[in-house]
Amino acid sequence: MTDTTATGRHLPDRLDNPVKSAVLSWESLLVLVALAIFIANSFASPYFLNEWSLSDMTFNFTEKALIALAMALVIITGEIDLSVASIIALASTMMGLALQVGADTPMLVAVGIGVGILCGAFNGFLITGLKLPSIVVTIGTMSLFRGVAYIVLGDQSFKGYPASFSWFGQGYVFWVISFELVLFLVCALIFYVVLHHTNFGRRVFAIGNNATAARFSGVRVDRIKFVLFCLTGLMSGLAAVLLTARLGSTRPSIAEGFELEAVTMVVLGGVSILGGSGTIIGVVLAALIMGLVTFGLGLLNVPGIVMSIFIGSLLIVVIALPILFRMWRQRKA
Amino acid sequence: MNRLLKTRELWLALGILAVIVLVTLRFPRFSQPGNLLTIFNDTSILMMLALGQMAVILTRSIDLSMASNLALTGMIVAMTNAAFPGVPIPLLIAGCVVVGAALGAFNGILVWKLDIPPIVVTLGTLTIFRGLVFVISGGAWVNAAQMSPDFIQLQRGAFLGLPILSWFAIVVALLVYLLMTRTAAGRAFYAIGVNPTAAVYTGINVGRTKFLAFVLAGAIAGLCGYLWISRYVIASVEVAGGYELTIVAACVIGGVSIAGGIGTVAGALLGALFLGVVNNALPVIGVSPFWQMAISGTAILVAVVLNGRSERTKGRIILKKAEAA
Repeated sequence: MTDTTATGRHLPDRLDNPVKSAVLSWESLLVLVALAIFIANSFASPYFLNEWSLSDMTFNFTEKALIALAMALVIITGEIDLSVASIIALASTMMGLALQVGADTPMLVAVGIGVGILCGAFNGFLITGLKLPSIVVTIGTMSLFRGVAYIVLGDQSFKGYPASFSWFGQGYVFWVISFELVLFLVCALIFYVVLHHTNFGRRVFAIGNNATAARFSGVRVDRIKFVLFCLTGLMSGLAAVLLTARLGSTRPSIAEGFELEAVTMVVLGGVSILGGSGTIIGVVLAALIMGLVTFGLGLLNVPGIVMSIFIGSLLIVVIALPILFRMWRQRKA
Repeated sequence: MNRLLKTRELWLALGILAVIVLVTLRFPRFSQPGNLLTIFNDTSILMMLALGQMAVILTRSIDLSMASNLALTGMIVAMTNAAFPGVPIPLLIAGCVVVGAALGAFNGILVWKLDIPPIVVTLGTLTIFRGLVFVISGGAWVNAAQMSPDFIQLQRGAFLGLPILSWFAIVVALLVYLLMTRTAAGRAFYAIGVNPTAAVYTGINVGRTKFLAFVLAGAIAGLCGYLWISRYVIASVEVAGGYELTIVAACVIGGVSIAGGIGTVAGALLGALFLGVVNNALPVIGVSPFWQMAISGTAILVAVVLNGRSERTKGRIILKKAEAA
């Protein structure tokens, strides 16, 4: 509500020193947090500093982080997609069905990604075509997509995926570097270039800052949003392939709660939930931090539910601290 | 506008009636008064939660932590009852409301004083509250044998032919109705939802009003914590897991606009009842309960498409003309 108060906005007469702003940036704060957790983990458990442990650690976040990359773009435009975990469930179920009719590995991957894109397009159509709020639409499709998975599977599960398919979730490209990690890094690079170094990326930011102004500047707001929802669907389909391959089975409850973790990664990564700002590097760092926290606590035999307290507190504290800091500085000034 | 709102609730009521009639055509016993009252009683908790959520959504916020709040308060009251069976139940219920309101106030303070977006705050407290259930219980259950008979029986008693649980819902609905239509605070909820900037100029403290909405939602979630635990007679970490979105769904189906400022008590109640009737009808007509999730998802989408048509703002229409030119 600062805009409506009588004080008005502070207008700087020159830009901040680039070195100073880089040091004080959100990303460098995240690097510090990641380093602190890494060091704490090394002291807390003797099993942490081991190349295979660290490799296992990456499996904690790669699938969610793939979704978070696309989710970041969606959130920067001021929308949100809560249906991603349910897309995984539906894509995984369809892969299971494809397996029953004798699909081979390339076909399974195609089915997973294809279902993901279709689900994303469905979301995109409802949101941009019918002009409905994304949070409600995706809460609805969240129930719908997973609901279809429950209708197909009930209390059953699909098993027996071929070994060549399992490689996507369990294979290593080189030494301890898993295929999942390589795929994530490649995707992160692509998203980085697209968001920060292309016209498309500029338009994404423009929409998030002022969709109406962007529309009048010739940005096809609806088309870009539609593409972004399809992209989120695609990444969810990809995550479904990896997760199904890693677990080797499909249950309708697969990936439950992933949507909130993906959103947490994005927000922790410094993307404004109100849209208009954020970086891919931040999201990648946030994914790493969440992986480190959950893995480190896991080594200490902390149950998953208690870890969620840490993740939840991390989310609130990391958002609240800069705000408190700013308020404290304003009070002093 | 008022007429429009009225028709929306009318359509929803007709929709519920249609489901009841369709099921009754094949299974006449479905619409016996006794069964309908059972459905009402089954839906009581969801109705109360939907009213709390509505107050929050009206102010352009959202509370995703209600189900976790319910689970945490429920666990606290169950453990208190197991440890001190002598504490009178009304005191326990009052305690629930206070604890729930305090948890809601925690959300509210972060939204009010730090201006953190509500979805971020409650996403965090959603996991924190549920994690705390595990911490205080050590992952153990509190079961029927550990609860005192009064604790379990209170809501099962009948008054004027209705179970006490249903009376809780009726009283809460009445109180929220009075709050929304007869008090300045209620008007403020709507005012800051429709236009927060204008609300500031009329002297409404936007942050504090949001805070009050979160406290109200928290208090209702706390009350429902006791009611849920004593109804299903088990307190565990998993209580009401994932229910936060069902609560939002009830509001959306009931015509509460997620953009804030639009929504009525009757709408939220009918939205919850719709989900209750559908969930009760499925096993009767022999549909597997596994269909439940997909059906409520479809109901949300249909509701939001229908509501979206009547909420279209004028700004969009102007833009449309510019597009066409």
